[in-house]
Parts: sequence; structure tokens; C-alpha cells
Amino acid sequence: MTHSELQTISRQLKRDVIKMITHAESGHPGGSLGMADIFTALYFSEMKHDPAKWPSVEGQDLFFLSNGHIAPIWYATLARTGYFPLAELSTLRKIHSRLQGHPATKEGLPGIRVASGSLGQGLSVAIGAAMAYKLDNRPEWIYVAMGDGELNEGQIWEAAMNGPHQKVDNLIAFVDRNRLQIDGSTEVVKKLDPLPDKWKAFGWNVLEINGHDFAEILAAIAKAKTNLGTGIPTVIIANTVMSKGVSFMENIAKWHGTPPTKEMEAKALIELAPTEWKDYDDPAARVYKGRN
Amino acid sequence: MPIYPVKDNKPTRNAFGEAMAELGQSNPDVVVLCADLKGSLKLEKFSENHPDRYFSIGIAEADMIGTAAGLAIGGKIPFTATFAEFSTGRVYDQIRQSVAYSNTNVKICASHAGLTLGEDGATHQALEDIGLMRALPGMTVIVPCDANETYSATMAIAKFKGPVYLRFGRPNQPNFTEINPDFQIGKANVLNPGKDVTIIATGILVWKALEAAEILQAEGLTVRVINIHTIKPLDVEAIVTAAKETGAIVTAEEHQKNTGLGDAVAHVISTQFPVPLEIVAVNDTFGESGLPDELLTQYGLSTQDLVKAAKKAISRKK
Ligand SMILES: Cc1ncc(C[n+]2csc(CCOP(=O)(O)OP(=O)(O)O)c2C)c(N)n1
Ligand SMILES: [Mg+2]
Repeated sequence: MTHSELQTISRQLKRDVIKMITHAESGHPGGSLGMADIFTALYFSEMKHDPAKWPSVEGQDLFFLSNGHIAPIWYATLARTGYFPLAELSTLRKIHSRLQGHPATKEGLPGIRVASGSLGQGLSVAIGAAMAYKLDNRPEWIYVAMGDGELNEGQIWEAAMNGPHQKVDNLIAFVDRNRLQIDGSTEVVKKLDPLPDKWKAFGWNVLEINGHDFAEILAAIAKAKTNLGTGIPTVIIANTVMSKGVSFMENIAKWHGTPPTKEMEAKALIELAPTEWKDYDDPAARVYKGRN
Repeated sequence: MPIYPVKDNKPTRNAFGEAMAELGQSNPDVVVLCADLKGSLKLEKFSENHPDRYFSIGIAEADMIGTAAGLAIGGKIPFTATFAEFSTGRVYDQIRQSVAYSNTNVKICASHAGLTLGEDGATHQALEDIGLMRALPGMTVIVPCDANETYSATMAIAKFKGPVYLRFGRPNQPNFTEINPDFQIGKANVLNPGKDVTIIATGILVWKALEAAEILQAEGLTVRVINIHTIKPLDVEAIVTAAKETGAIVTAEEHQKNTGLGDAVAHVISTQFPVPLEIVAVNDTFGESGLPDELLTQYGLSTQDLVKAAKKAISRKK
């Protein structure tokens, strides 16, 4: 897929996210929009995954979302790659929905293998999965995403020690480095810098990229994959902008967890021009069937 | 029956924030530690007025509890602030060792408790926190019923020496009690006299207990309503008296049936004065996303559920 096609898909996923969260009247747009490009690169280009095989792990790359609050972008991505009907996106956060406020397995939503939402736990789980893949000599990859505020949690650093110790060079971790969390700047709430040095000191292969540039995202993943055999896992620190793509929401901590109003939704959807994939509530809306 | 006019509808967490602002002025030893939820816990005023006594800990709850224990040892009165799930389950052993066992003067203040946190769903809906905290020797566990009582309790725990778990919530809630400068930890309040059955409720279920009492009263039954704001130490005398005088008991809480208020009351009456008991609580299941009232109905915690439970308890009397 070309980078321009990926950009179009990412824009459509952002439209989906805005519509879902506005309709739900609650949820987390900031991180969801900011990570749309990385979700697009992973599920529409990089990852080997087939919803028809769900829930088998046979032949599947696995993805874990540690910062579970950005579930809307994951749900939109999973629906657009065929894991469940697009119509279900409008049930986000409603009672009886499979699209829980934070990712859950209990309701049986395809694509999700472990609950998240309580921060700090996903890297440990991903490392465990990577260890299982190693034991079974599986050639597929394990991916995990984390928030930067989430890195305040001590368990992340326990896992950071464990990754190189267990030699899970089949694991690629992303940090959504948008420099914001709920109470404001990450550097004011709990200083994180120099973040690459911290991961290096823990023994990781550290790559820093612009998280909105598909060339950089895909090149970083390709580079991470050359690490196979060294025993060293990779963390990609993706410099991102919270709410990327909606000018009046960009880089403002309030949009971590505030739903847009109807008027704001309309404004946002003008900025995120319609795509040939069509909105999820349009009968002509498209699902990706390409690369399974 | 005594009438409790609703003064306003107000989230209990707002009253917590107001009490903290007041404590900031009146007690220089009070310090606050917050885990990236300043706005949710309504601590803007405290942090603006007392930047030197407000500590941004980041999303690091385990570290927050340990740090609070250290501050207490150094002579401060630390209040920790995050959601109920991350105040308890996340940090159970840190509380057990550094706070409860070591008897440090830490006030664990927990918002967004229970189902009524709403749309965020089960990962955030603490339904086991009362059980976890009341299991710990030496821990005081307080669950106020409305905003004014949250204010009163917050002021009271600052004066009280010892570990405290204070549980409150997110949604708007009828505010009907008077602010009480003489709030008595461990002393239940009888809100309504009655002879046929007693509803012992805690937290936001207290208001529903009053509603249920009114419905039952219209049907000719008199219902004693007890607001048991302190789950530990439990007001055993109020419970045993109610068992003796009304012969049937219903408990009501926004918490799991296992390990909650119902279990605590069951222990008291089964060992001291057995009478029929019905427990209104979440029945051994996780919550889910939804609106607060939808969820209370879905999980059997509505006013009508209390009415039914009261009738059942009465019907089981010998
Ligand atoms: C253990 C835990 N503590 C607190 C929270 C509440 N919370 C949810 S998201 C969040 C901030 C996360 O910041 P970051 O990872 O940077 O995500 P972003 O705001 O950039 O999307 C907090 C404090 C939580 N979900 N889990
Ligand atoms: Mg962030």
C-alpha cells in the first residue's frame, strides 16, 4: 500500500473516532487521533493478521494496547480490517456493547486478547506473549503500544528490565510520545526526559521517529526486525501530537478524555475531509480485505 | 417519617475537593499526593493555594502510597488521591505493609468508586475495594452517603490518627445531610425509625434506602433506615439493636456481595442475633460500560430492588 493510501485510511479512522466518541458522549479522542497513523501502518501494512483465523494465534502477529483508554482507534481499526461489523462502532461505551470504554475480553470482541485500561500492565503481557512465541519457535511478531504518561508506572520499568533479560527480540514496543497526560505536560506531572536514554540504559534497541510519517514508521519497524537474533527488543519512541489532524484539539491535554460536542464534531469532520472509505454509518462504507 | 429535603445534586468528589481546600487553610500539616487526576478529584484549589504541599506523583500509585507513608513518618498528614480501583487493588500490598501494618497516618482518598463511574467500564469500576480495605487490621473504612457527609468525613479523618480509606464517587447525587463538624467515625446514623425491617445502607445506596422506605411506608410497613458510613470499625450495637427491634435486615452497597458490607453485617447478626438477612449488592460479576442509573438497575441496585429485598426479608420472619 502506498503512503498516500495509508494517509487516506488514517484520516478515515480519525473520522470514525470523532464520530464514535461524539456519539458516546464520553471517551478519549486525543491519544486515539494521535496514534491513528501508527495503527494504520501496523494493521493495514505491516502486521500479518487474519480476522478469519480469530482467535487462533497460528501464523498471527499479535498487538497489545497497554494504554487502553485509546480503545476507539483500536476498535475503528479492527472493524475496518474485518474483525467485527462496522455498525457496532456506534455502540461504543453503551450498555450491553462489546465495545467497552476500555478494551475487554469478557464481552467477546474479536481482536482483543487481554483487558487493559488500568495503565502499566501491557508491556508485561506482551513480553509474556513474546516468550511463548520464542518457546514455540513462531516466526511472527509481537507489538505493543504504551502512552508516555503511562510510563510513570513502575511495572513498565519492571517489564523494561525483563524484556532484554528474556531476550525477546521478537517484540516491538511503541511509546506514544505526545508529551501530555491528564494533568498536563508529562515533564511537569512527572519528568520523563531523557526518555531514550532510560530505555537504552535498560538494554533496549531505541528508535525515535516522527509518529505521523509513514516512511519513518515503516522504516523503524523494518530496522527493528533486523534485530532478530541479537536478543534485544526494540522500543520505538514515536513523537506524536495529541489529537493530530483536528487543529483546534491538537496538543491540548483537555482532549485526553473529553468528547467533542456536536458542533465540534462537525468542524472536525470538515478538517478531516471525507474519504472513499466512507463513514461507518454509510451503507457503502468499506472494510479492508487486502492482505491476509 | 423524617423528611430529608434534597439541598442540591452534587458529586461527592466535589465536596472532597472543598474539604481539602479548607484543610489546606486550617491545617498546615495536611499534604496531598495525586496520581495524575487532579481535576477528577477536584484538587485544583488545594494545589493552587498550597503548591508546596501538593505533590504531583504521576501515574505511579504504588510509589504514591509508599511516599505517603514516609511523609506520615516525617510528621505530615498525607492524603493520597486517585480512583478507587487504583487506590486499593493496584496497591494492596503497599497499603498492607507500609500503611496498615506499620500504622502510618495515611488517608487514602478514593474517587470514582463502584458502577456509577459509568462509561469507562469494568477496568475502572472498583467493586472489591471495601472488602480489600476492611480485611486489613487497623484500617478505618468510611463510605459517605452524599456530598455534605463526604465533606464532614474528610474533615474528621484529618483529625483522626491512623490509616483511613475514604471512598466516594463521580456522579451527581442527592445531597441531603447536614454538614456535621462533629462527624463520629464508627457511629451509624438512624435516618428513619421503623419496626418491620431495617435497611442498613452505605454510600449512594443510602438515598435509595430512604426512597424504598417511603414506598414501603405507603404500603403500611415501617422501615428503619441506617446510614452506616463507617464500614470499619462497624457499629455493632446499632446492627444488633436493629436485628432485635425489627427482626429482619437488608443491607445495600455499591460493591460485590462477597466481602462487602453485607458480609460484615452477616457476621454480626449470625454470631449475635440471627434474623433474616437480604444482601443487595453486585452478585459476583464485573461491571460494564453504561450510564450510572442504567448500571444500578442492570446490576440489581435500584430502589425497586431494595423494596423487593425488604419484602423478602420480612416474609422470611418466623
Ligand atoms: C493505573 C491507572 N492509574 C490512573 C489511570 C487514569 N488515567 C487514564 S489515562 C491517564 C493518563 C495517561 O497519559 P498518557 O499515557 O500520556 O496518555 P494520553 O493522555 O497521552 O493519551 C490516567 C492518569 C488509569 N487508567 N490507570
Ligand atoms: Mg501522553
